[in-house]
Amino acid sequence: MSGAVQHDYHLVPPSRWPIMASASAFIMAIGGVRWMHEMAFGGYIFLAGLIALLYVSFSWWADVIDEAHAGDHTPIVQIGLRYGMLLFIASEVMFFVAWFWAYFDVSLFTPASIGGTWPPTGIETFDPWHIPFVNTLILLLSGTTVTWAHHALLEGDRKSLITGLWATVLLGITFSGFQAYEYMHATFDFAGHIYGSTFYMATGFHGVHVIIGTIFLAVCLIRAYKGHFTPKQHFGFEAAAWYWHFVDVVWLFLFVSIYWWGA
Amino acid sequence: MSNAAEAHGGHDDHTPTGWRRWLYSTNHKDIGTLYLIFAIFAGLVGFSMSVLMRIELMYPGVDFLPALTGGNIDAAYHLFNVLITAHGLIMVFFLVMPALIGGFGNWFVPIMIGAPDMAFPRMNNISFWLLPPAILLLVFSTFVEGPASFNGVGGGWTVYAPLSTTGQPGPAMDLAILALHLAGASSILGAVNFITTIFNMRAPGMTMHKMPLFAWSVLVTAFLLLLSLPVLAGAITMLLTDRNFGTTFFDPAGGGDPVLFQHLFWFFGHPEVYILILPGFGLISHIISTFSKKPIFGYLGMAYAMVAIGVIGFFVWAHHMYTVGLNVDVKAYFLGATMVIAVPTGIKIFSWIATMWGGSIKFDTPMLWAVGFIALFTVGGVTGVVLANAGVDHAFHDTYYVVAHFHYTMSLGAVFSIFAGFYYWIGKMSGRQYPETLGKIHFWLTFVGVNIIFFPQHFLGMAGMPRRYVDYPDAYAFWNFVSSIGAYLSAAGVVLFLYIIYKTLKSGEKCPDNPWGEGATTLEWTLTSPPPFHQFNELPKIK
Repeated sequence: MSGAVQHDYHLVPPSRWPIMASASAFIMAIGGVRWMHEMAFGGYIFLAGLIALLYVSFSWWADVIDEAHAGDHTPIVQIGLRYGMLLFIASEVMFFVAWFWAYFDVSLFTPASIGGTWPPTGIETFDPWHIPFVNTLILLLSGTTVTWAHHALLEGDRKSLITGLWATVLLGITFSGFQAYEYMHATFDFAGHIYGSTFYMATGFHGVHVIIGTIFLAVCLIRAYKGHFTPKQHFGFEAAAWYWHFVDVVWLFLFVSIYWWGA
Repeated sequence: MSNAAEAHGGHDDHTPTGWRRWLYSTNHKDIGTLYLIFAIFAGLVGFSMSVLMRIELMYPGVDFLPALTGGNIDAAYHLFNVLITAHGLIMVFFLVMPALIGGFGNWFVPIMIGAPDMAFPRMNNISFWLLPPAILLLVFSTFVEGPASFNGVGGGWTVYAPLSTTGQPGPAMDLAILALHLAGASSILGAVNFITTIFNMRAPGMTMHKMPLFAWSVLVTAFLLLLSLPVLAGAITMLLTDRNFGTTFFDPAGGGDPVLFQHLFWFFGHPEVYILILPGFGLISHIISTFSKKPIFGYLGMAYAMVAIGVIGFFVWAHHMYTVGLNVDVKAYFLGATMVIAVPTGIKIFSWIATMWGGSIKFDTPMLWAVGFIALFTVGGVTGVVLANAGVDHAFHDTYYVVAHFHYTMSLGAVFSIFAGFYYWIGKMSGRQYPETLGKIHFWLTFVGVNIIFFPQHFLGMAGMPRRYVDYPDAYAFWNFVSSIGAYLSAAGVVLFLYIIYKTLKSGEKCPDNPWGEGATTLEWTLTSPPPFHQFNELPKIK
């Protein structure tokens, strides 16, 4: 069985990052529990774990980019990466199913203790046609700008790629800003009532995903400046775009069901 | 770099040595070995807990556990709850899944489909390395407060609210929740890896309809993991925020609903039980076919039966919840849907029997475990059909009948398949063959032992003995006594198993490439035992 490798798969050399990433996650978990129970140094331990995890993620993905430049990402390996990203997004969709399930469980079968109607008595919801609708338009527009960037990339037009990505990243930041503004002006609380629980956890997890997606696109922007992408090989960009569209679609469901129907 | 590299016949740049080989591994076989070692240790811990429970339950009264808690009777009661909880969590997440999916899946799926490794070798390593921190968090949880003034989590492996929220305010439950988060992340990443590997890395000519059934079983399992675990992640995140940040998902005082947790949990939990058994289905097919010297009967039917079980498995979850006050139409639906699963499962059982029919059967140790699996899993299957009936389940819910049912499917099903796989593949994995006579003794000891444990539990359940209690009325004394005797027999089996591992690795005979003869037709038997560090540098071509 020895002899030269005659296939196009990528056999990755040993790496220190996986075990370091799980060690970081362990530190975060310990710190998190201490933090939540107000024990000594909880927040600091959590933060140390988080910083370690971010460092490991950065290094791990830097290795992946180096390997791509070294030619390890043959066409079949790129297909594998596509499968991987699509499957990861599928699992993310199921994560949001849990939050929508909680929301519809209480909004369709509202207990009498909170008024028996939805929205519950005493809850003043947001006007969907105010900031939420603006945010919907922002995300839809960002979906088109990222597609603009993609087409520019396919045509080898790096200038338009960079402009399109800048526009997308800025729209993402604007969205997060509007969400933060909205949270600050909410008339209902996070704690103590199911309306706030479902609203903040569903839109909050979406918000976290917007921030992650924005960072992903910003990394692509930096890589675009460095000339990493070619019209033939730019999986990192594609993955970021897919992720962004996923975030966009989740928002449409949030907008329709929580902001509009739920008001 | 040089010595071990030569010993394993690989080429040097990918053949690390010493601790780096294991800690930084990107090799599917090494990672599979790590998973198997981890599963054996976790399994011993989980098994010891069950023996402690059987010692306590051997006689009426609470006499044994107080000896472990310095005579504190309330602490002893809580210790029993901690034992049932940890036993369940460890056996599900740290024994069966790491052994069947992480261990055998990692070792043999790439080889069976003719691939040199997994699609994402580095991600494969984090899937493994998330497990030790996860089990460590669970271990830590036993040393800190769960319910007021007692240590450890005592909420059952299902961690139902409100017992897991206001019932156990201490940090132990948060540690357990985060342990599940890490174990879940490990499995989701593993699932992405297996699906990508199977879809993208099959050798030339290895079409989906020629793919070995073990690879099919892991493919279906991976889809179940990918789609069900994130829902559990959401549910236990809600537990975490309800406990620590004031949300009221499961708290009726704030408009929440404790039954919501059960829906979310079982939407994950039911696919999870198929996650535990499907890889076993796959490898039992290989063993039955190998030792009957016949191709598996109804190959395509076997593959698509697993797909059907996987798909239907997502639509039956509320049969775990018949007693929470579901509407009668809802119960009727879940009853019917659950019964439907008996059809593809029956296809599998009958196809295994049809494979053996007219075959030239050789009862080597792996075959004994495989036939034992079929017999005992069938018992668990038919009691499952009984429990599917909502009316009957109202009487049996949370009794020992349920305990007997799921142990026949899991510890006499899934664990039998792990032992079957161990004896089938240990020669291939280690290069050393197990001692045949000891293997057979191990089988009979275990077979008799576990049946003595669990068969009487049907009677206890039908007589109304509730599960998860540390004590019981005298009326249940006899069959509890018998059940505990079975546990001691099984413990002897476990000790023998450890000796067999030692003996095999120390002085087992050298295993040829294919020790099983013409019945063993999958690609792992074309390689050396053990296989080279990287197999298939030149991809095999499948006719």
